[in-house]
Amino acid sequence: MKLYELAHSRTGDKGNISVISLIPYRAQDYALLKEKVTAQRVKEHFSSLVRGEVTRYELPELPAFNFVLEGALDGGVTRSLRVDMHGKTLGYALLEMEI
Amino acid sequence: MKTIRIGSGAGYGGDRIEPAIDLMERGNLDYIIFECLAERTIALAQLEKLSQPERGYNPLFEYRMEKILAALKKHPVRVITNMGAANPLSAARKARRMADQAGLSHLRIAAVTGDDVYPRLPEFWEQNTLETGGPLKNLQADLISANAYMGCAGIVQALEQGADIVITGRVADPALVLGPLVFEFGWSMDDWDKLGKGTLAGHLLECAGQVTGGYYCDPGIRDVPELWNLGFPLAEVGEDGSLTITKLPGTGGLVSEDTCKQQLIYELQDPARYYTPDCTADFQHVSMQQDGPDRVRISGATGHPHNGKLKVSAGYQDCWIGEGQISYGGHNALARARLAGEVVRRRLELTHCQLEELRIDHMGIDSLYGPALSQGAPVPVEVRLRVAGRTRCREEAEKVANEVEALYTNGPAGGGGAVKSVRRIVSVASILIPRDTVTPQITFC
Repeated sequence: MKLYELAHSRTGDKGNISVISLIPYRAQDYALLKEKVTAQRVKEHFSSLVRGEVTRYELPELPAFNFVLEGALDGGVTRSLRVDMHGKTLGYALLEMEI
Repeated sequence: MKTIRIGSGAGYGGDRIEPAIDLMERGNLDYIIFECLAERTIALAQLEKLSQPERGYNPLFEYRMEKILAALKKHPVRVITNMGAANPLSAARKARRMADQAGLSHLRIAAVTGDDVYPRLPEFWEQNTLETGGPLKNLQADLISANAYMGCAGIVQALEQGADIVITGRVADPALVLGPLVFEFGWSMDDWDKLGKGTLAGHLLECAGQVTGGYYCDPGIRDVPELWNLGFPLAEVGEDGSLTITKLPGTGGLVSEDTCKQQLIYELQDPARYYTPDCTADFQHVSMQQDGPDRVRISGATGHPHNGKLKVSAGYQDCWIGEGQISYGGHNALARARLAGEVVRRRLELTHCQLEELRIDHMGIDSLYGPALSQGAPVPVEVRLRVAGRTRCREEAEKVANEVEALYTNGPAGGGGAVKSVRRIVSVASILIPRDTVTPQITFC
């Protein structure tokens, strides 16, 4: 199953860091996402794009997760040569993950 | 319990004005904020100010202010904005003249300054910047601007002195909302819990339409009514920090738990430590509750003491980027696009183009996610080649752009729709300075 069947996401950026939320449509899927979508898994998923560490933060009452991807944007919005220099489209790449 | 209604009239420098005016006219608002500064906006505005000393504020300032003033004639809403950018004083003087001409000479208009720390940078030369890792002094020759993210104190002082319109330079985005809350409710500046709650209200409002269904809709999956008529948000904030996000009836968009969740997390890092000049806000245990159509109640935010530091964004002249694009369609389009990219790469070698970095993308194939994540996707009927190169000077960047355009007559068959651009890149490097380095100043115009 693809992650987009269970959750939605919005992506922001700070410098060369990409920040990707993961929000389950149904609260009862939070536990499943917590088990399957680990920081390590996300780091492997993005290994071709992201140079640095991936940290997962938990917001249990929403419920939702926040993934912070360091070294993710080839230099960040001001100087990245990428088409999407903010990395705004990366959230949808996360949602393509198989779980 | 006293409750304040604060609307959000802009989520970025070029945002729409109609939803803001609608909020002013029908929202029964006490305040409206306009958040218009991205990270390097002030550096760009400073470049404008260097050539035109009376400018350096938001390019849409006059356009917006004319409509805001017209609305203020019938609806007394206090306006708080960072549209002052690199020149809040000049923006405030402009607003003064416009208000007088509109018959609104009774309005009190204040500029908040003090964020510009450019002259004091030598004190911090040895500090390593967060972006480059090297000392700030390495950028010395290329620096354009340096502005500290100030807290809400300047806005509070301006309101205490009777301001109807407050125009700032760089302040932390949530401070535009926290300022009026502190002023109205008399919250103490060490009541970290309240400051955290007020910061949450500011954080949810600062991107305007992004909490009312903008940047959320996915057709057939997460539908949003009348997206073309997106209403901007308003917050009802209680004296105890209670918070409801809503929008006006008769506007498009959606305020749901999910739209608010997306915006809550947007651009946070550790949700338990959201560093601002006024407090370290803690959103880790925030929860949402739908409280009627397009109404969401949000609770659970708190705060901790600020870290004693202010972030300074220093803008500097970085590099040039030359870029060109051209499309290929029909049979064998991808192969022709790939060959075209190879032609550009070889031409740039042949002409000894001084490149720091070159990127060749096939848009529609793998330009967003790269080859690994795009593997297995079907090949579309059209592909757009994009070549971008980073250089030290304009002439070399022009070579990149021109070589893409030259594919028309010299490249593979059937290329169309070529465009090119050459951009001077202003980047931002950040340092942290002691909080007491900066004192806000209020000037009434």
